[in-house]
Amino acid sequence: MSNSKLSIILNGLIKENPTFVLFLGMCPTLGTTSSAINGMSMGLATMAVLICSNFVISCLRNVIPDKVHIPCYIVVIAAFVTVVQLVMQAYTPALYETLGLFIPLIVVNCIVLGRAESFAAKNGPVDSALDGVGIGLGFTIALTLLGACRELLGTGKIFNLTLFPEEYGALTFVLAPGAFMTLGYLVAIFNKLTKKA
Amino acid sequence: MMYFTLIIATIFVNNIVLAQFLGICPFLGVSKKVDTSLGMGMAVTFVMFLSTIVTWLLYTYCLVPLNLQFLQTIVYILVIAALVQMVEIVLKKVSPSLYSALGVFLPLITTNCTILGVAIDVINKDMNLLVSSVYAIGTALGFTLAMVLFAGIREQLATSDVPEGMKGTPIALITASLLALAFMGFSGMA
Repeated sequence: MSNSKLSIILNGLIKENPTFVLFLGMCPTLGTTSSAINGMSMGLATMAVLICSNFVISCLRNVIPDKVHIPCYIVVIAAFVTVVQLVMQAYTPALYETLGLFIPLIVVNCIVLGRAESFAAKNGPVDSALDGVGIGLGFTIALTLLGACRELLGTGKIFNLTLFPEEYGALTFVLAPGAFMTLGYLVAIFNKLTKKA
Repeated sequence: MMYFTLIIATIFVNNIVLAQFLGICPFLGVSKKVDTSLGMGMAVTFVMFLSTIVTWLLYTYCLVPLNLQFLQTIVYILVIAALVQMVEIVLKKVSPSLYSALGVFLPLITTNCTILGVAIDVINKDMNLLVSSVYAIGTALGFTLAMVLFAGIREQLATSDVPEGMKGTPIALITASLLALAFMGFSGMA
């Protein structure tokens, strides 16, 4: 893999991390991270949509008329979201139940449309797909991290692996207030680390 | 009575922003001033009410008879986008004053996940048309309440001394967390 390809992926991981730097797609970030595994699944589902939609939109970028490009992008994205939705419903019904509303809502996740507009519309299909991988990975890692922190503080487990007894956990972290608070502190830490470097 | 309970439940107990995590982007993005957040809240209320009715009718009388339920997501997002555009055009002609109040916020609403979320939610929960519209209004009012409260706090926050790393979004998230904690007090009420 050449250097420029690698840098496209790394760009999404750190410099343009969708969660910690761009603050895009906040709803699934907060809503689905009650545990590490839920956060990771949501990240992977979004990544799948992102890679496919970036690739297709990039292929079609010279065909789509400029005036109606946003509706066209949304239709492409919605089609892939429906595919992901049906696949998850068929193969992982339990996960589909847990994530519920947030799967169809990938359509309005600003990350997907944002990358289509700012990257896929200007670059080739392969680069766009790689950008999807990078941004998707950045998103997945952020969600998994957030989910792991909340799960650990709330129930004393990470990926269902018990680290300390459940009685010591503060249930608040699994509920709504903990989501905002954990993300707030993670962003503050991320800011601190990246500014130094 | 049932409708009253539903409204209380959607505004306070299951507040869409603070308990269900929908509409976080406008919640964090357009909440620097009380005026703008109120405008956004009103625009959302208006569009959510309309779009829930339209998508409900479309789903029940068009998609279900044709057995095309799997197209739900695609159809809904297109309907919402078209609806927002139409509302914008109609408002401009019919009520310029309302248009100038809501104008800037309308295009943003298409990608506001509360609208699509509520439209899908009422179908998942098997609500009838009347209950759905009450649910939409209650949810939108809850969104407005959360926005205005949050904006009020942020206006105060702008003048206070915040540690370097916490400035901007982190402190806003912590504030939202405390607000959500306060709203948790309502749980179990309805």
